[in-house]
Amino acid sequence: MSIEVRIPTILRPFTKDQKAVAASGASLTALITNLDSQFPGIGDRLLENGALRRFINIYINDEDVRFLGGLDAHIKDGDSVTILPAVAGG
Amino acid sequence: MSLIISRAFVDVIVEQSRSEYPDECCGVILGPVGSGKASRLKAMVNAAHSPTFYEFDPKDLLSLYREVDEQDEEIVVIYHSHTETEAYPSRTDIAYAGEPGAHYVLVSSRKEIAPAIEFRSYRIIDGVVTEEEVSITD
Repeated sequence: MSIEVRIPTILRPFTKDQKAVAASGASLTALITNLDSQFPGIGDRLLENGALRRFINIYINDEDVRFLGGLDAHIKDGDSVTILPAVAGG
Repeated sequence: MSLIISRAFVDVIVEQSRSEYPDECCGVILGPVGSGKASRLKAMVNAAHSPTFYEFDPKDLLSLYREVDEQDEEIVVIYHSHTETEAYPSRTDIAYAGEPGAHYVLVSSRKEIAPAIEFRSYRIIDGVVTEEEVSITD
């Protein structure tokens, strides 16, 4: 099973500047674990105390994972995952 | 480093900050990949609708990045307004700055300086803020 994961600029130092990488996992948790084993440290930039970081958005295909069950969201072969930092501030 | 921006874009941003006052307004200026040129302005909705916070709606954010990819563009400028404070990045601005390649533009339309406005630009990389010159072209 191979899922394409699009990596934002700010996390590309972890992926040797690759814009998209292949990963596997049937849920978002499993996918992040797999990403972190390939690119150590990236998991920490996505999760905080076991939850998705507030200002990181992850999408499965076109849908924000917050509407798909968050870390429990199901991922299937051929899905595409996009990670984007929120554009936000005070 | 400096930001080169047209007078027309400055006017659009200032006008947007006034029309959305007292909420913060926000948006981006896009340019061809690798050019660093601020050539296409796109106002965004502040999903937070707040005078002290701004956030692009997550759905708008995804569409924006898709569009930028399809058009071979990049985000050259990310701008937002401060309605009560000076045009300097706040702690939250610094904490959430996620585009190391972008110019972060802040416009302040606070009352004390009206009708003048402040228009300033910064790089925010790994928590470090560096102000840069703004050159406005006609």
